[in-house]
Amino acid sequence: MASQKIPELVCPAGSLPALKAAVDNGADTVYLGYRNDTNARNFAGLNFDPKSMAEGIRYAQARGRHVLMAINTFAQPGRLADWQRAVDGAADAGIDAVILADVALLDYASKRYPNLRLHLSVQGSATNYEAVNFAHREFGVRRAVLPRVLTLAQVEHVIKNTPVEIEVFGFGSLCVMNEGRCWLSSYATGESPNTVGACSPAKYVKWEKSPGSMSTRLNGILIDRFNDDEPAGYPTLCKGRYEVNGETYYAIEEPTSLNVLEILPEIVRIGVSAIKVEGRQRSPTYVTQVTRTLRAALDSFARDRERFSVKPAWQAELAKVSEGSQATLGAYNRPWR
Amino acid sequence: MSNLPTIPRFKLPTIVAAITSRLPQWPHAVALVTALNAAAKLRLLPEDSLAQLEGRHFFVRVNDTGGEARFTYRNGLFRPLFAASGTPDLSFSANLSAFLQLLARQEDPDTLFFNRELSIEGDTELGLIVKNMLDAIELPHLPDLPAFRR
Repeated sequence: MASQKIPELVCPAGSLPALKAAVDNGADTVYLGYRNDTNARNFAGLNFDPKSMAEGIRYAQARGRHVLMAINTFAQPGRLADWQRAVDGAADAGIDAVILADVALLDYASKRYPNLRLHLSVQGSATNYEAVNFAHREFGVRRAVLPRVLTLAQVEHVIKNTPVEIEVFGFGSLCVMNEGRCWLSSYATGESPNTVGACSPAKYVKWEKSPGSMSTRLNGILIDRFNDDEPAGYPTLCKGRYEVNGETYYAIEEPTSLNVLEILPEIVRIGVSAIKVEGRQRSPTYVTQVTRTLRAALDSFARDRERFSVKPAWQAELAKVSEGSQATLGAYNRPWR
Repeated sequence: MSNLPTIPRFKLPTIVAAITSRLPQWPHAVALVTALNAAAKLRLLPEDSLAQLEGRHFFVRVNDTGGEARFTYRNGLFRPLFAASGTPDLSFSANLSAFLQLLARQEDPDTLFFNRELSIEGDTELGLIVKNMLDAIELPHLPDLPAFRR
């Protein structure tokens, strides 16, 4: 048990300074995407053009780190070539692996670039070992990122029944945990991560201040109102407050972030290969703070597994940058399945 | 980053804002556009993002100093707006400590937003372009400057 490997720390990069911050603060791997709708963080001014991508890959690989490219949205009708070009670009750029969700792209990449390492994106919605093994058998997928819907016991069950490396989310803004299948954003705006690469695209978001409060509107629909002393979250429908049976509350999910530090020893014990940090939309400062903290925790655990304990300073640092200023273990420690 | 002094979270006494708001506001706008133009001249700001700021009206307010700045970007230059006319396309407001923490890359803008220390109003997409443009600036490391090379 003590011989289980320390998981790889996979950190987000929405810009070149963020990539360097991840590498400089102890990420084993960084993930990034192009400046278009082939990835699920397609926000204005974010991500990499071919030049900054080449420089980022050089910077990371020269320091012995890996770079993954997320091409994790679904090819839209009539535009398959745009997504195929992204895969071509990744292969040409010497990326260490591509993170894909769409089976048409998995098929394309595995046939066209048999030596290109493929990861199954969380957007691929593989929640059981049969789905993971299917991707392995058909496309040679080497790693799968599990959606944030599984308990720790379920993650362990997947790991025991697949040769594919398993990556789980370790920190970051919590999705409503329906990765790859969520259309809530489309309900309000007609656009969602799988179609245009963004949840609640900024052009539909309005924050309105009035004395003592701030309202959040998505395409005109009021989704939340915060008093001045209440922490805020991202303007997503899943984290809005709604009137249900005469009561107004967070009916789907509160603004919160996932944080697995408390169960880090368990995550290592069950054989998780990599821990992913969410947040390509955030600044280099966030990447520095989170990477540094998780690196310290993983190193501390590696030094003395028996006496590992979570330092309050780590939790305070992570709580500060969390959505809604609070964190949760999410589905991992849920008693029900 | 850890060698830099840490900027604490603070709020100036309300009297400061009461006095400053009676003073002329144009020096803030002039100082701000001078800094932005310097950054643009050093090619620290990506050109495709700059193009999207063309003709837009920006408003920055430092709540606890009462300082305000209005400016725009036109024909390749940031320019102060002296006549406070019309609704700005994008407004940022925060206390001085939050702005300093942002500029020093000590805190992340989303963190400050979640904690309600930073307000953004107006065209949210424009706000995202500005935020991501500032995030993409590579701050020079001292040892990288020629004078420090051997």
